[in-house]
Amino acid sequence: MATKKSAAKQGLPQKSSATSGAAKQSAARKTAATKSTGRVSAVAAGAARASGERARRRSTPLLSAAATSAETALTESAATASAPAKVTSKRPATKRPATKRPATKSSTTKSAGSVTPAATTATTAPTTSGIAEPAPAARRAHRPRPHAAAKASSKATKQAGIRPQSPRAKRAADEAARRHLRVATPPEPSLRAPDPTATQTDMSLPVPGVEELLTASIAAMRMAAQGAGISPDEIERRIAATLAFLRRRIEGDFSVDEFGYDEHFAENVIFPMLRPIYKNWFRVEVRGLENIPDEGGALIVSNHSGTVAIDSLMVAQAVHDEHPKHRVMRALGADLVFQTPVLGAFARRGGSTLATGDDVDRLFAKGELVGVFPEGFKGVGKPFKERYKLQRFGRGGFVSAALKAGVPIIPTSVVGAEEIAPIIGNMKTVARLFGLPYAPITPTFPLLGPLGLIPLPSKWIIEFGAPVETASHGVAAADDPMLVFDLTDQVRETIQQTLYSLLMQRRSVFF
Amino acid sequence: MGQVVLVTGVSRYIGGVLARRLAADPSVEKVIGVDVIPPPRDLGGAEFIRADIRNPMIGKVIAQGDVDTVVHANVIATPTFAGGRTPQKEINVIGTMQLLAACQKAGTVKRLVVKSTAAVYGSTPRDPAMFTEEMSAKRLPSSGFGKDSIEVEGYVRGFARRRPDTEILTLRFANIIGPRIRTSITDYFNLPVIPVPFGYDARLQFFHEDDAIAALARGVTGSTTGVVNLAGEGVLTVLQAASIVRRPVVMVPMAAAGTIGGLGKRFGLVDFSPDQMSFLAFGRGMDTTVMHDSFGFTPKFSTRAAFEDYARTVSPVYPSMDGVAGAVGGLVGAAQQVLGRGRGKH
Repeated sequence: MATKKSAAKQGLPQKSSATSGAAKQSAARKTAATKSTGRVSAVAAGAARASGERARRRSTPLLSAAATSAETALTESAATASAPAKVTSKRPATKRPATKRPATKSSTTKSAGSVTPAATTATTAPTTSGIAEPAPAARRAHRPRPHAAAKASSKATKQAGIRPQSPRAKRAADEAARRHLRVATPPEPSLRAPDPTATQTDMSLPVPGVEELLTASIAAMRMAAQGAGISPDEIERRIAATLAFLRRRIEGDFSVDEFGYDEHFAENVIFPMLRPIYKNWFRVEVRGLENIPDEGGALIVSNHSGTVAIDSLMVAQAVHDEHPKHRVMRALGADLVFQTPVLGAFARRGGSTLATGDDVDRLFAKGELVGVFPEGFKGVGKPFKERYKLQRFGRGGFVSAALKAGVPIIPTSVVGAEEIAPIIGNMKTVARLFGLPYAPITPTFPLLGPLGLIPLPSKWIIEFGAPVETASHGVAAADDPMLVFDLTDQVRETIQQTLYSLLMQRRSVFF
Repeated sequence: MGQVVLVTGVSRYIGGVLARRLAADPSVEKVIGVDVIPPPRDLGGAEFIRADIRNPMIGKVIAQGDVDTVVHANVIATPTFAGGRTPQKEINVIGTMQLLAACQKAGTVKRLVVKSTAAVYGSTPRDPAMFTEEMSAKRLPSSGFGKDSIEVEGYVRGFARRRPDTEILTLRFANIIGPRIRTSITDYFNLPVIPVPFGYDARLQFFHEDDAIAALARGVTGSTTGVVNLAGEGVLTVLQAASIVRRPVVMVPMAAAGTIGGLGKRFGLVDFSPDQMSFLAFGRGMDTTVMHDSFGFTPKFSTRAAFEDYARTVSPVYPSMDGVAGAVGGLVGAAQQVLGRGRGKH
């Protein structure tokens, strides 16, 4: 702001000084003249113009001497005005040929004057007032010079329309050129590195300005962090990691497996997002983690409850966060999940895939840990009075898939999810209207609107039970329906019994 | 004695390059290229015969040329390139019927290679992650290219029943992409703003054009029969692909997809049938075990590499991160210089 103002201040006197030609005294006298005799001198200027005096004066050939004198006049003023003024000082020299057309020039001066009265009165006034007024003798002695300068300056006035812009334009061009140079400086390859500690140097990119700015903002953030009670280094690391993450997302620099599992997204968005809910809201307690193998395929079979199927997310979170190998559970979902916008995309990114034998076989072939909730919507949408009563376990497809792959089945019981949104009613018509399996009424849901979607903070316990071996039955056992049903019932009973014992153990629903 | 190969659809990119490549192959004696319009590219040593496969004339071409291998590469994917949906369907379905009828009649034909597409698997939320060759669409494509391709494959199966002595190879290609080929998917990713179905991020597979030609040539000279899925390694999602071509995306609700598609068609930007919209929502993956094992073909380009090769030809709409970082740095630097100058003056 300050610069602009100073430039403007300098620009105005400079212009007028060029017109009057009396470069030295200009500043003080002119402002005085414009202020005190502004009106009068404008009238005088009009008269002079009418008499053709100015035209006559202008018709005297403008020679290089005049131009140079104008130039010196300008450069004198330029001494104070630095860069923009220097630019203007070049102008008369380059545009010299144009000065040989006095008639057009004067006409343009006039038109310019009529268009921008304020500016031109300021510029033309001193010239005429200089003649009209009784000026000091010393100044009179210098008359010839002002004349010549007036010519050059009239040219300047002629250019008045362009001139105020041209230095700025030039400056802009210069800046653009400089900027180009800057852009051309090779951007640090270290930017690619997701190494969080490197990011500070990352962003101190080609220009020291960025560095300063960044250090300032980092300092601010450190202070903010300190205020919030987090270690400043930690916050810095987090911000760096976020920037690195965003960069990779924007550039598409991540890979997605054939099921759509986006490890980069899951590790940086989904798991961190769910962690506070897992730790602080539901305060999940995990038991029996040792039953999950460190590697190779396994099938987690769990009860399903809670109106909104958060339990699958929490089981996945438990496996990911608490298991020593931080395994990713690949949950199986109904086609409705993948049909739903947003939900479907998130589910796939988080590692879910469709609950179909083909996909399960593929996952086991890759040695993945698969999670299945065989109750499906029957479990999630059951009324509150039926809580912790397992529904039918599908058609036992999960057992035959496990038998085919020879992977262990881990019966898993989740306690606490039933209470997050107790279903006290079902809006069947609404459900049918939207093609949903159920439209629940909970104590809070339609009543509090969107607020009702917030689950109640029940205390959760997830227990991974002892694995049921399937490899001993052989691959052919997958085609033995009786064995499949037996195993299904066995798993179901195990989960039901564990649920009852966990319910006995828990102190209360919320603590 | 080498093979005599008849290639249909030589005026289009894949057919033309394939004909040239086969003509240069020493194990192939002669290549006859057939299409309704003269090929815009040089066919090399291949002989061009202007014939319409929708016309019984094609039978004469096969009989006179003693053709023993027929490559049917004339199933057109994009209606705009065929002059509309009606001619497209006619060329695809009636053309295939006529060609197969001619092949059945001509005793010389020993081998038939059909260029089919992954579109026969359809695209629904009930799809398995990866389709193997034995699987079929959960919901049959109801229109356009996918439906044509299913019908084409149906006629090919009928032909196989009637001529059990003929070797038949059906190649189901994932979306062929590359710097030279033009398909509806290349048009789509060339839009200044890419419309993406809201809330979906479909998995896509691509197959590079060079790989496609190599695979077809292998299909002609080799002896594999049956159906083979052809796709590059790995998958890309739609949003990922859009960020690779550095185009902004606009989320379009699926319900409005039809309208958007209609507008795109009207303005000649892109030609998208409802099937392709559901493809962009739910995506599709093909298992390529058969391609690697029994067909013995390993594509040079992965899905990502193929797409990146294509992306080279697309001018990005928004600059890269490096560019942005550089520009921001430059701007800040410039601003600082201005400020510094102001400070220096006082």
